[in-house]
Amino acid sequence: MTGIVVSDVSKSFGDFVAVDDISLTVPDGSLTALLGPSGSGKSTLLRMIAGLEEPGAGQIVIGGADVTRTPARKREIGFVFQHYAAFKHMTVRDNVAFGLEIRRADRAKIRSRVDELLRLVHLEAYAKRYPSQLSGGQRQRMALARALAVEPRVLLLDEPFGALDATVRRDLRAWLRRLHDEVSVTTILVTHDQEEAMEVAGQIVVMNGGRIEQVGSPRELYEAPANDFVAGFVGPVTELAGSKLRPHDVDIRIDPVDGAMEAQVRRVTHLGFEVRVELEAGDGRRLWAQLTREEAEQLELMDGQIVYVRASRRMPVALA
Amino acid sequence: MRGRFALRSVALGYLTLLLVLPVGFVFLKTFEHGVGAAWDSVTTPAARHAFWLTIELVAIAVPLCTLFGVVAAIAIVRRRWRGRALFNALLDIPFAVSPVVIGLALLLVYGRLGWFGDWLAQNGLRIVFAFPGMLLATIFVSLPFVARETIPVLREVGTEQEQAAATLGAGPFQTFWRVTLPAIRWGVAYGVVLTTARALGEFGAVSVVSGHIAGQTETLTLHVEDRVEAFDLTGAYAAALVLALIALLTLLSMNLLRRKEAV
Amino acid sequence: MLLPLAAVVSKAFGGGADAFWHAVSDRQALAALRLTLILSLVVTAVNAVMGTLIAWVLVRDEFRGKSFVNSLIDLPFALPTIVAGLTLLALYGPRGPAPFNIAYTRIGVATALLFVTLPFVVRAVQPVLLTLDRESEEAAESLGASPWVTFRRVILPSLMPAILSGGALAFARALGEFGSIVLIAGNLPFRTELASVFIYGSIQSDDTQAAAAVSVVLLLLALVVRGLIAALDRWGRRHEG
Ligand SMILES: Nc1ncnc2c1ncn2[C@@H]1O[C@H](COP(=O)(O)OP(=O)(O)O)[C@@H](O)[C@H]1O
Ligand SMILES: [Mg+2]
Repeated sequence: MTGIVVSDVSKSFGDFVAVDDISLTVPDGSLTALLGPSGSGKSTLLRMIAGLEEPGAGQIVIGGADVTRTPARKREIGFVFQHYAAFKHMTVRDNVAFGLEIRRADRAKIRSRVDELLRLVHLEAYAKRYPSQLSGGQRQRMALARALAVEPRVLLLDEPFGALDATVRRDLRAWLRRLHDEVSVTTILVTHDQEEAMEVAGQIVVMNGGRIEQVGSPRELYEAPANDFVAGFVGPVTELAGSKLRPHDVDIRIDPVDGAMEAQVRRVTHLGFEVRVELEAGDGRRLWAQLTREEAEQLELMDGQIVYVRASRRMPVALA
Repeated sequence: MRGRFALRSVALGYLTLLLVLPVGFVFLKTFEHGVGAAWDSVTTPAARHAFWLTIELVAIAVPLCTLFGVVAAIAIVRRRWRGRALFNALLDIPFAVSPVVIGLALLLVYGRLGWFGDWLAQNGLRIVFAFPGMLLATIFVSLPFVARETIPVLREVGTEQEQAAATLGAGPFQTFWRVTLPAIRWGVAYGVVLTTARALGEFGAVSVVSGHIAGQTETLTLHVEDRVEAFDLTGAYAAALVLALIALLTLLSMNLLRRKEAV
Repeated sequence: MLLPLAAVVSKAFGGGADAFWHAVSDRQALAALRLTLILSLVVTAVNAVMGTLIAWVLVRDEFRGKSFVNSLIDLPFALPTIVAGLTLLALYGPRGPAPFNIAYTRIGVATALLFVTLPFVVRAVQPVLLTLDRESEEAAESLGASPWVTFRRVILPSLMPAILSGGALAFARALGEFGSIVLIAGNLPFRTELASVFIYGSIQSDDTQAAAAVSVVLLLLALVVRGLIAALDRWGRRHEG
């Protein structure tokens, strides 16, 4: 059992409260994402779980043991930083071996374990290189191998793909998902990218201003956001007749139907598979709809055209 | 936490024993026999002459070193020419060579038995054991500072502003005065402070070429040594205090300039 | 600049290579050169350790008066060397209040050298410490490294080029230092006489041949140190980028 339980944890820097009385349970073997805008306290919370920052108040339990006052080096965690934190003067192999050497594992064991991890992160061919001779994605995979080498009880990742370009990021995300399926170590991933959180995590914790807004599966957050903030953060939102809905839930008809409102097409934008339609409703409010290309082709929408719109599905909570 | 305190104690203890206590003690010692005695010993004719001679040397050496330093820095950073790397390496010679060796070198060229000794004697010129030799020694030892401080600043500033000035019709001299010099001025100023400190405090090279004639070729630093050897410790401490106060002023300007450079 | 130095070299070999060897292998000259080399090495080693420690405290520690201490580091560059020697003599000399007397001893000479070379390592290490990647230290910690192991395996390798090049500058300075040691060395041949003092003495006694020969050895050593510094500089940048 290596679940993580955070109870009533707070942390201030001077007068500024970065983490405000947070309680959270991360189930054993799960992949949980901490999602929120920059400055919402995600890193601070993660660093307190790691022992790199000391909580001002509260308790942190890992695998049933209270570790609140345990230094990072005794928590048996793996931590991956946004900017890799590579040991520049060591080769890739030495970087990965570092934690095992600290633990005085015997040489043969270190060798085989490092080889195994380099294979896992596809860096077998780069063992003798220095970090400066690797690409960003390779460096981050090295950092992951380094963190995993010591068989940590929990793996903590602080915006691990934040410094990489979009395509590499997408690849690494999928790869992390598969990796987690393989080694299934309890993992927390910090990110400000909702797509990344939704794609990778089984459980998402949405943070804002040092507090937790909602905890749930990607689907729960998307379909049943607890409030405006979560709704807006995990996906696009538009408004029709005073209620909020996802733009792909706007139903557009050429002919009037029951409960539909008259609207005028303002602009049609083709974005490949997706087509975006901006409308002005009869009450003068602006809204927008998201259609597939096929739907748009069937409707043959033109600027200025009068159509009828209604919500095919509303969000379940009445949002302020 | 305990480890941090221990490290701090070791560092501060070391600095106290090596720097603070000795320098502080001399401050106290100077006034051991009262302010009057100290004042009397820095206003003896020999001490006063030493003071003004030192000022004279600094007043001539520092501007020359500054001019050379700025020109050398520009030549090294902005111009491409053969021998540039060699020139850059040679510039550091005064840092790498013992002041005594520098003194000896001047002696062997301009001294009585040196390369130009006969020629100088025939023309009635005196360099060694006289002001010109001391000036040469002072310039030699403090030559690289301005260039060394200016070169990195000049590199950092880059050529973009200078090119911009050129496209706006500025000639080389206008560009230098209105664009380059303002950009590097704090670096130059820092170099000037270091040059001044070195010129004031030089002992070895000047000692070799001066001949130690009290009231004639004795700078303040030489005067300090002379007083110690004459067992006039109050005189030595008082002269040392004058130098230390100038050093303090130097230190203050160094700090001020480093802060200016940082912004 | 070159002309005078050429004069030194030409003087040193003026009587042929034999005369040069004869002068250099003179017992007193040899003793002075050996002592210079040994003391410079000792002083450099002490500087490497203490300079790094002081830089560490100035960058990583917080205490009142830190910026004052920081500006104090430059004092040896600002203070005339003869004054530095005088202050040490006054406090730790025969008539000073300290319970020991370091005047006319090798320890005294070493202390004077430590005084004047203090800033080199501190000022070389400080900026590197400031720009060090704190995350790699945290990474080491998260992997189970103790503070000491983190320092030795992660921080020290990054500081090493700066420590060595600062140390090389201190070494070069110690080799040629004169002003701060004249008063404290007391001119005892074979015991406290450094190369620079020997050269000075030889000049005073009109033995310029001996002075020039020992000077040439110092020049050669300085040249080697220069080369070393340049090599270190390149080595320090090898894993950058
Ligand atoms: N060491 C620190 N000192 C002062 N303020 C800090 C420190 N670390 C974080 N903060 C502040 O705490 C807030 C939360 O920071 P952080 O946890 O890094 O946010 P996130 O990772 O969600 O972007 C930010 O406003 C940040 O400025
Ligand atoms: Mg963060």
